[in-house]
Amino acid sequence: MPDPVPLDLCLQVNGAPRQLSLDPRTTLLDALRDHLHLTGSKKGCDHGQCGACTVLVNGRRINACLSLAVMHDGDAITTIEGLGTPDALHPMQAAFIRHDGYQCGYCTPGQICSSVAVLEEIAAGIPSHVTGDLTAEATFTAEEVRERMSGNICRCGAYSNILDAITEVAGA
Amino acid sequence: MRAFTYERAATPQDAAAALAGHPQARFIAGGTNLLDLMKLQIEAPTHLVDVNHLGLDRIEPTPEGGLRIGALVRNTDLAADARVRRDYAVLSRALLAGASGQLRNKATTAGNLLQRTRCPYFYDTDQPCNKRQPGSGCGALQGYSRQLAVIGGSESCIATHPSDMAVAMRALDAVVETIRADGSARAIPIADFHLLPGDTPHLETVLEQGELITAVTLPPPVGGRQVYRKVRDRASYAFALISVAAVLQPDGTGRVALGGVAPKPWRVAAADAALPQGAQAVASALLQGAAPRPDNAFKLLLAERTLAAVLAEGRA
Repeated sequence: MPDPVPLDLCLQVNGAPRQLSLDPRTTLLDALRDHLHLTGSKKGCDHGQCGACTVLVNGRRINACLSLAVMHDGDAITTIEGLGTPDALHPMQAAFIRHDGYQCGYCTPGQICSSVAVLEEIAAGIPSHVTGDLTAEATFTAEEVRERMSGNICRCGAYSNILDAITEVAGA
Repeated sequence: MRAFTYERAATPQDAAAALAGHPQARFIAGGTNLLDLMKLQIEAPTHLVDVNHLGLDRIEPTPEGGLRIGALVRNTDLAADARVRRDYAVLSRALLAGASGQLRNKATTAGNLLQRTRCPYFYDTDQPCNKRQPGSGCGALQGYSRQLAVIGGSESCIATHPSDMAVAMRALDAVVETIRADGSARAIPIADFHLLPGDTPHLETVLEQGELITAVTLPPPVGGRQVYRKVRDRASYAFALISVAAVLQPDGTGRVALGGVAPKPWRVAAADAALPQGAQAVASALLQGAAPRPDNAFKLLLAERTLAAVLAEGRA
């Protein structure tokens, strides 16, 4: 078995370059949480099933737990800390608070990152499993949001309030 | 996760050469399945070759009028491509029925074909599994088999192939293009790409060590009404109990493939020929010789009913 040799990489995290030297086994999630101390992104299942680790990479949502940090050298990463701050909330964060879109809050950073990406995916015309006509423009409906958010599990069951928050931000 | 060394390949040929003679090395693209398995030490490569930067991320028309899908095209981008949505709707539908938005953004065309089974005995390292550990036995044969194969399996393995995308590609007669470590290329019809388990269930495809998928080619569009219907234990983000990919022509002819029933996407010429006779005839031709287990015998009737729903949708 090879000795773990650290590799150098640079991530653009929330707009700032961050130099790291990491064992290649380090996932993007562990790099963010354990090495950059950005603990907003959460580790739930660590197997891509729960969505608590959802972050945006070059504008697209992925499960940070199922990706190696070394594969993201040079990529732009946006975490919940980069979407907004307590003093300047992202509109999706404010809507989650207004609509009580959580109970324990553990899945919330992933839910919010995913929600922001879902609205961008609909705006970009990316279809979903419930899109009726594949050749037509994707539209915002409650059914579309439920389907597109199915990769984010909420153990407390705040789904209806999450849907209300996303609907408000969509202006639908 | 076991320790490994890592490199980024610059060209497809470099990537293939990097794995030649290195049986413990693996390509990594999206990583959504490989890293999952590495965390469980079901996969324990000693070297990873990152193939994400090979320029294989384009979808281009072929001279014959079909489409050539680069191996690194992400599932989201393939499903959303305007040409795929218009001319190969069954493929778009199949992709969108699989996984979650986050996973589809990462998962690649080639990786989707190469994903491993989700058989619970393969995933549980405390259980015997001939696929994970050849010769150790199969816990599923007398065990929990609800998700597992009713046809094409063996006394060594009844795992299913989990892909939705591959079922649609089977119905569309896709061709897998590869490059080998010596630089030679070949084209493999998808019907011949996946292997049945026999007594070597650890061998899942015809790929040689170091052989890299570069593209999947679709023949020119065949028109028709294209349907993908997936039946699963919840409405989203679950693997298929049964899925049907169908291309149905106005004259009643067409082509049909099943997912969730076999170790590979399941298509039988006699079933295509039986389409004008209805769902019962098609199901009977597809599942001729089925060997279900007590937990999954329901799939035989479910397949027929799902086919009936698909044919009704095709006529609507």
